[in-house]
Amino acid sequence: MAKITSLNDLRKIKDDLQEKIRLRENAESPDSLAQIKVGMATSGIASGAKEVFNFLVEELQKRNISAVVTQTGDMGYSYAEPTIEVTLPGQPPVVFGWVNITKADEIIEKYIRNGELVEGIIPANYKTIDE
Amino acid sequence: MENIKLTIDNKQVEVPAGTTILEAAKKINIHIPTLCYMSLNDMHIENKPGGCRVCVVEVEGRRNLAPSCATQVTEGMVVKTNTVRVLNARSTVVELILSDHPADCLICAKNGNCELQTLAQDLGIRKITYQGEQSTYREDTSPSIIRDVDKCVMCRRCEMMCNEVQTVGALSAINRGFNSVVATAFEQNLEKSTCTYCGQCVAVCPTGALTEVDHTRQLIRDLADPNKVVVVQTAPAVRAALGEEFGNAPGTLVTGKMAAALRRLGFDYVFDTDFAADLTIMEEGTELLGRLNRFLAGDKDVALPILTSCCPAWVNFFEHSFPEMRDIPSTARSPQQMFGAIAKTYFAEKIGVHRKKLIVVSIMPCLAKKYECQREEFATDGDPDVNYSLSTRELAHLIKQSNIDFNHLPDEDFDNPLGESTGAGVIFGTTGGVIEAATRTAYEIQTGKTLKKVDFEELRGLEGIRSATIDFDGTPINIGIAHGLGNARKLLESIKDGSNKFHAIEIMACPGGCIGGGGQPFHHGDSSILKARQKAIYTEDEMKTLRKSHENPYIIKLYEEFLGKPLSEKAHQLLHTHYFDKSKKEIFID
Amino acid sequence: MATYKYHLLVCGGTGCKASNSEGIITALNRTIEEKGLENDVKTVTTGCFGFCEKGPIVKILPDNTFYTQVKPDDAKEIIEEHIIKGRKVTRLLYTDPETKKHVSDSKHMGFYQKQIRIALRNCGFLDPENIEESISRDAYQALGKALTEMNPQQVIDEIKKSGLRGRGGGGFPTGLKWEIAAKNQADQKYVVCNADEGDPGAFMDRSILEGDPHSVLEAMAICGYTMGANKGLIYIRAEYPLAIKRLKIAIKQAQEYGLLGHNIMGTGFDFDIEMRYGAGAFVCGEETALIHSMEGERGEPTFKPPFPAQSGYKGKPTNVNNVETFANVPVILLKGAEWFSSIGTEKSKGTKVFALAGKINNVGLIEVPMGTTLREVIFEIGGGIKDGKKFKAVQTGGPSGGCLTEKHLDTPIDFDNLLAAGSMMGSGGMIVMDEDDCMVAMAKFFLDFTVEESCGKCTPCRVGNKRLYEILDKITKGEGTLEDLDNLRNLSYVIKDTALCGLGQTSPNPVLATLDNFYDEYIAHVVDKKCPAGACKDLMNYYVIEENCVGCTACARACPVNCISGERKMPHHIDQTACIKCGTCMEKCKFNAIEIK
Repeated sequence: MAKITSLNDLRKIKDDLQEKIRLRENAESPDSLAQIKVGMATSGIASGAKEVFNFLVEELQKRNISAVVTQTGDMGYSYAEPTIEVTLPGQPPVVFGWVNITKADEIIEKYIRNGELVEGIIPANYKTIDE
Repeated sequence: MENIKLTIDNKQVEVPAGTTILEAAKKINIHIPTLCYMSLNDMHIENKPGGCRVCVVEVEGRRNLAPSCATQVTEGMVVKTNTVRVLNARSTVVELILSDHPADCLICAKNGNCELQTLAQDLGIRKITYQGEQSTYREDTSPSIIRDVDKCVMCRRCEMMCNEVQTVGALSAINRGFNSVVATAFEQNLEKSTCTYCGQCVAVCPTGALTEVDHTRQLIRDLADPNKVVVVQTAPAVRAALGEEFGNAPGTLVTGKMAAALRRLGFDYVFDTDFAADLTIMEEGTELLGRLNRFLAGDKDVALPILTSCCPAWVNFFEHSFPEMRDIPSTARSPQQMFGAIAKTYFAEKIGVHRKKLIVVSIMPCLAKKYECQREEFATDGDPDVNYSLSTRELAHLIKQSNIDFNHLPDEDFDNPLGESTGAGVIFGTTGGVIEAATRTAYEIQTGKTLKKVDFEELRGLEGIRSATIDFDGTPINIGIAHGLGNARKLLESIKDGSNKFHAIEIMACPGGCIGGGGQPFHHGDSSILKARQKAIYTEDEMKTLRKSHENPYIIKLYEEFLGKPLSEKAHQLLHTHYFDKSKKEIFID
Repeated sequence: MATYKYHLLVCGGTGCKASNSEGIITALNRTIEEKGLENDVKTVTTGCFGFCEKGPIVKILPDNTFYTQVKPDDAKEIIEEHIIKGRKVTRLLYTDPETKKHVSDSKHMGFYQKQIRIALRNCGFLDPENIEESISRDAYQALGKALTEMNPQQVIDEIKKSGLRGRGGGGFPTGLKWEIAAKNQADQKYVVCNADEGDPGAFMDRSILEGDPHSVLEAMAICGYTMGANKGLIYIRAEYPLAIKRLKIAIKQAQEYGLLGHNIMGTGFDFDIEMRYGAGAFVCGEETALIHSMEGERGEPTFKPPFPAQSGYKGKPTNVNNVETFANVPVILLKGAEWFSSIGTEKSKGTKVFALAGKINNVGLIEVPMGTTLREVIFEIGGGIKDGKKFKAVQTGGPSGGCLTEKHLDTPIDFDNLLAAGSMMGSGGMIVMDEDDCMVAMAKFFLDFTVEESCGKCTPCRVGNKRLYEILDKITKGEGTLEDLDNLRNLSYVIKDTALCGLGQTSPNPVLATLDNFYDEYIAHVVDKKCPAGACKDLMNYYVIEENCVGCTACARACPVNCISGERKMPHHIDQTACIKCGTCMEKCKFNAIEIK
């Protein structure tokens, strides 16, 4: 490891290392970031929730959008799996159903990035899943 | 250096910055009691751990009490030394010390002369409220010093003397808390440690934790034995201090009374170590000139500088710590030992008494002399040249026990042929004296000229290391002087690293020389006492008609009748010695 | 570069290590490898999470699942169920004792809700043995800022403005301390970190050093910059081998990265740090004794003045600060003094780390803003008294502190309030006591400690404390008198007034505090010869409850001194004069027929 020879050097290295620690950083202050919960009950997994989950994690990072993606248990909408719940900072949670890769992509660009609602919202009549 | 004004017990005082409360109080005759604190300031010796907490005082604005020995004054400081709070704290502290102290004052060696006893008395302690466990440790007796550490109050004076002043390092605090104690490395007996028996620890110990081995009982027995002829020799430093034990001012010369007292005690012959001191000069002076002349002639192998060797603690010191240099000191024995050798041969013959029936006792300011008598090389067929040595303090006790009214004794002379001495012999008692005596003789023998002035002021004083160059009629001779083993170490190091420029060095282990010896009346940290004793020594020297050792008629006679000449074979046999490597290479833990 | 989807944080603090958290990591890694998840799942050993009662802790990110009391055997299930299938392992989740429901996110736990982790900001977050993780969390940014954008006085002013006070117990304003050290001129000056942490039961500093060593190293360098010192020394107790190991690694890595040593970050500022080890002496936590210990001398304090800032290590100006104090410095410089001083009370700014121990449900390490009340700490964060017993007192400040009782529970914690209440903040030890704890025995326990640890230099501590202990011992054995109680008080005052150093000056505090707050307990011991809490064995007696005794003779047979008599099937009887109160009979009895009273 070459020595750090200036404060700017240090800052650059810190920035480079941000990726490695981002996951933890985000988890620390989730309220200022978009929270995405992917339903991963048996039915969810059976309908491909795992692939959606991986897609969301990788794409959000690639597109430099700060968000926390976590798994959660059965949301109760087995008929609409895979389901994801998206909570934007300051907004109530929104549940999307029938989320495949294409839909996930749309949700990222439209709702998460711009706040535009897309089709497939499951009406919410409960508070966010709190575990 | 600005002055600081402060108030102590409602009295104003002004002192230079850096003064402690204790010193400032002393200036206005307020004597705050102390225990661990001790200062021989002119000699750069100070013990100030701030640990006993006896000297605490109240300082306005300070949350807790302040130790006056360790707290420097500040402008406008208001100090109270005798409020109820302070008196209560002080008594409690002393009570605590007493609660961990054996209550056997009545049979303690320091009875009547103990700083703790005085404190308890002055503070009016009548009850020890907090009683409990007492820390205890085994007693340790060496040839000269007894350690009874149950009586230790952890004042750390002995540790300071041994480590910082003497740089011998035989004593140090070990363990922690209630079990802390001042002991030797690996808790061995003192005899097995690097202790030189200089006795400075005994000289400063406030209680009976460190005392001397007492030979008084032995002496009384011998004096009472009709089959023994008991002979006494007295060291020069004794006569300048013995008087203090009888209420005389420090520095009162009591030579005549001392001789009279010894006679009344029952000694068969009362002689003077000063005589042997003159003898030492004859031998050592000749040796010095021998080496010096070889050196001036170009001999590169000759051992210079020559170091004096009359101090047994100093001999121990270099045998332990600088054994590789044991060819440098003079081979001459100390005056005590030369006396013993001559007494048990020359004198014994004269009076027709077998040496085994002759008891030679010395009165010394020194505790190492008790050890020196026992050195194997100083005995013939198991009979020591000097049987045992008593300290000045023991002599004073014996005189008191014998109901002798010291102060009203007439002045008497010593007996002959071993009682006559010149002024050179007397000054052995102080730092600078041995080498001045040697110079007086060496100069005249070397140059063949008579000295116009026998006083060499440039060799006198109390500075730890001194030096002077004496002009031996064109040849400059460099003299070095050190007293206190720490200073001796410095000179030895300079010899080791080659920076030494001296031809001759005088070394005394005790600060001030023998006048400050471990067996002298306690000075309790008052260096003016040492100064007064030194003055007395030089006064006795001035009062003598003969002031050069080689002019002593009895010495001349001794050589004519018995020894031949200095460094003769007989002189070598009786009056010279060699040294041993006593460095500790292995430690046996038993 | 692999994008990890999961970070599994496993607590690597000494407490969890002792419960084999290392085994958990090994098992997790093995399972991850077996399942081919090396690119998706990363395990990280972090510092202390603080919830030691429930350790070993494993935290799953990004979903913030907090698993408690995890064993290596659980690793397989965690990977298979949680990571692969997305189902939390509910049996490992924390159960809220009131609602009885599972709580998976630590943010919703009573233990964590009121905590603000500043000094502990990185403990339980990053891997202390990897400097890159620390750098990504702003390590050495504050040093860089100080060296390039601020002059020494500006840094000092910022620290002064923040109101940061010493966290080792003294509470001396840190900025002022640095300013005084900066003023003294010398050819060599030193920065010393006091990591001796000797209070029994305290582990705040240990956790910071084990979990986030770079925060301390950086702060020492910043301090060096402000006072003109280029040498730092960490004096750490030898009983902290893990902290020593982590510090050594951290120093080495910082040196390799050019963040310590010569010409730091190209600014021309040199600063290097050495470690020095203690050897089992509590007194060496006192700054002058610490310095003498480092100099190779006997670890005894010396009187002040002169203060270390004037004449310290090797006679040179030296600044000594506690670990937690240092840990706060970098974040103050980065986030600003105003931010720091917005937390806490008027005179005590910021937060304080406490080691919560004793008869409390949630034993562990907490960090709360100054001003949090004792009630909040004990009953909300601490989860209340264990086994539903009644709260009696909380001891703060270790052997130097006093005890706070029921009437002090709503005291906001800060330096001055605790002092006014008769105790002190100390370094952060907080021991909670319930109705079964005897306050006299507690005072005796602390005196036992200080008697053992006293250096022995000054009379009041060396002999006085011993005498205090002996009186307390007498009292707990039923041999005390009313006069002893007066003596305890008087002697305590004199010791406090005359002792040379902080150890002796504060060692009578437990005695005075318990005398003030629990005098009735002392009276019970001395007059009635009884221990109300039932803790002092010498004052308790073992009795057979005749109604319950069926005469099985189990106790009589077990009694080592044969003092129980009775026939089979008949109620037995204990001879009080012979009983040695070993308690064996009570252990053996299956019928609850033996009681102590």
